[in-house]
Amino acid sequence: MTALDLARWQFGIITIYHFLFVPLTIALSFFVAGMQTAWYRTGKQEYLRATKFWGKLFLINFAMGVVTGIVQEFQFGMNWSNYSRFVGDIFGAPLAIEGLLAFFLESTFLGLWIFGWDRLPKKLHLASIWLAATGTLLSAYFILAANSWMQHPVGYAYNPETGRAELHDIGAVLTNSTTLVAFPHTITAAFVTAGAFVIGISGYHLARHQHVDVFRPSMRVGLVIALVASVGVAITGDLQARVMTKQQPMKMAAAEALYDTKSSAGFSIFTLGSLDGSTEVYSIRIPNLLSFMATGSPTGTVEGINDLQQQYVDTYGPGDYRPNTAVTYWSFRLMIGFGALVALLSVLGLWATRRGRLPKARAFYAFAFIGMFLPLLANSFGWLFTEMGRQPWSVFGVLQTSAGVSPQVSAGEVATSLIVFTLLYAVLAVVEVKLLVTYAKAGPPDLVDADPYDPNAPADRPLVFSY
Amino acid sequence: MELTTVWFLLIAVLWTGYFVLDGFDFGVGVLLPVLGRSEVERRVLINTIGPVWDGNEVWLLVAGGATFAAFPEWYATLFSGFYLALLIILVALIIRGVAFEYRGKIDDPVWRQRWDWAIVVGSVIPAILWGVAFGNIVRGVPIQPMGAGTHQHLEYVGNFFTLLNPFALLGGLTTLGLFTTHAAVFVALKTTGEIRARANALAGRLGLVTAVLAVTFLLWAQAFSERRGVTIPLAVISALCFVGALVANRLGREGWAFLGTAATIAGAVATLFTGLFPNVMPSSLSAAWNLTVTNASSTPYTLKVMTVVAVIFTPIVLIYQGWTYYVFRRRIGVEHIAPVVGPPSSPSSAADVSVGAQG
Repeated sequence: MTALDLARWQFGIITIYHFLFVPLTIALSFFVAGMQTAWYRTGKQEYLRATKFWGKLFLINFAMGVVTGIVQEFQFGMNWSNYSRFVGDIFGAPLAIEGLLAFFLESTFLGLWIFGWDRLPKKLHLASIWLAATGTLLSAYFILAANSWMQHPVGYAYNPETGRAELHDIGAVLTNSTTLVAFPHTITAAFVTAGAFVIGISGYHLARHQHVDVFRPSMRVGLVIALVASVGVAITGDLQARVMTKQQPMKMAAAEALYDTKSSAGFSIFTLGSLDGSTEVYSIRIPNLLSFMATGSPTGTVEGINDLQQQYVDTYGPGDYRPNTAVTYWSFRLMIGFGALVALLSVLGLWATRRGRLPKARAFYAFAFIGMFLPLLANSFGWLFTEMGRQPWSVFGVLQTSAGVSPQVSAGEVATSLIVFTLLYAVLAVVEVKLLVTYAKAGPPDLVDADPYDPNAPADRPLVFSY
Repeated sequence: MELTTVWFLLIAVLWTGYFVLDGFDFGVGVLLPVLGRSEVERRVLINTIGPVWDGNEVWLLVAGGATFAAFPEWYATLFSGFYLALLIILVALIIRGVAFEYRGKIDDPVWRQRWDWAIVVGSVIPAILWGVAFGNIVRGVPIQPMGAGTHQHLEYVGNFFTLLNPFALLGGLTTLGLFTTHAAVFVALKTTGEIRARANALAGRLGLVTAVLAVTFLLWAQAFSERRGVTIPLAVISALCFVGALVANRLGREGWAFLGTAATIAGAVATLFTGLFPNVMPSSLSAAWNLTVTNASSTPYTLKVMTVVAVIFTPIVLIYQGWTYYVFRRRIGVEHIAPVVGPPSSPSSAADVSVGAQG
């Protein structure tokens, strides 16, 4: 394998790994903030115990998001130095702004929240978790603005003298139509992820009839979040598909493995045949759906891969502009499929828990358990689809991925870092899962001091929380 | 002042913030087995930085992001050039960060011992390698134009071992010494009882060794300085701050001692960056191939946008981060550490207790 192949594998592995933790961080921070607010408003112990319980799981997950996030920022320079040189004038800005506006906010106020139970008045302590949660949203916005610029470059001009893209309008970059649909799609998906996480773990305890006072409310909130957010994911996904069809028609064609331009195009849910959909033995098809997704009209025309390839050759010169269709076709379906299963779970769960009921069927709890992993898969396949579907471009229509790799970094060096990160991440995954399982099973703390803040406490009183 | 100069200064400020703040985090990690003689003492040490270390680390992320945005050529050449060194730093930062969060999560001595090692290793390595990296930047590394046409860039053409030269290694020992002394002073400021006394005594001894290292390094660095008229006084001021810190430490004036070591680090960073300007990464092969604030920078428009963002938000960040230090201003002693933090290795018994409540 060349340094380019290895660098691509590395980007894929460490980015998808990082994004296992990110959605949970974003949405669970709001869930915990909501639980703490419920406690603040009502003074009910079970909300405080829920805050502590989910807060602990949130922090175990957050730590992984933070440490894997450092690599994200460094790897552009390490493996993709020519990409960095080409886009730095534009791409660097949202990254730097993310650090200044979001990372400081998140980490500082989370520190205050973790250690501040007995150091801050109740209200300020509650405000810290909300500020940390706001930080996660800001962070998502700026990094998605950076990614959206790669999908749909705006507000820039290519300077042939320096051979790089130069920023002309930061407003255009930050209000890129791609960002405006990618952000709500990603955030709603994050809430589906957290909803499913809460449902699965609450289900574990409810199946055993333990800590019902804490986990029934959690389960209900988790179910509502998962359902509402699933609807949100579907709506924003639909908007995104239309934007994508305009901006990156090749990606839409590859999503359906549509080789030839077609009106009233159907959408195949499942195809037997060759992996890339070029030959078909059997398929389940919904008529007109692809046309509807892509254009908003059931009879609209969707351009096919072969026609687009010809157009791109005319525009960009000779080359192969087709993404890996097998990957795009299947990752698109798996994303939607896993997402839809969570929506189904939330509907079933809301029915089974209506008016104070607890679900009786063991099968429901098994589904709820599996449900925790489905959004992680859906998220991963979503990113796989959107990034692989953009290939061979790294910045669509402007810079190819192969042109962005670091020219002076050897395949051996990339292989070394690929192996080191993969092994390290594998070990950390084992540790993280072990901790999550331990703390999820342990359940919420029994009794919690409701208001440990006391400015007149004796100087030698033990800290309420310490590492 | 030109915007490229402003951003050179801002990046110097970000690195100063990073080294002053995460510097004592690293030092606390290095001193964990030295100052923490029992489990509860080690926890005291970790908790002196517990609420703040993550926010301190963000200075690095912002320094990296700012370099990307303001000087993309510098970011690209530096990060791809110092590839394996950065890989090692990243691995260290990862295990250190996870260790702080996970160490207390399971009540098992073996578990804790492993994470203690992760903290020590994850702190020693960056404390040395950041010094090595900056030693190399200041000294100059083999950089030459590679590629053709608009694809021609100034690239690092050395390898990992090129970075391990005596000057840079001395730089690594200097940062290790400075961060560790800085941390000993910090621990004396933030703890009570025996640890405080121990940290105070250790700071004095470490300080003497570090003084020799730092003075040698900063003197040697003058050989590469672009403007000795400024960098020599800066180095002297830095050294005087360190002497002042050690004197204050001796007198038990811990706040002043901490300000002193912080000022020493700031002075050392100022010496290096001032000596560098207008270069950002000089070439050891030819001055014509130096990466400079001009040939490495973004466009004036990007710099302007970034300046507006920095001017508005940096003060806000400083205010709330400063406030955090105020919130956690109290000293910590062994009496403040509650006995057990995590559940035991098998938590099932604890979970079953409250099952009956809802019946």
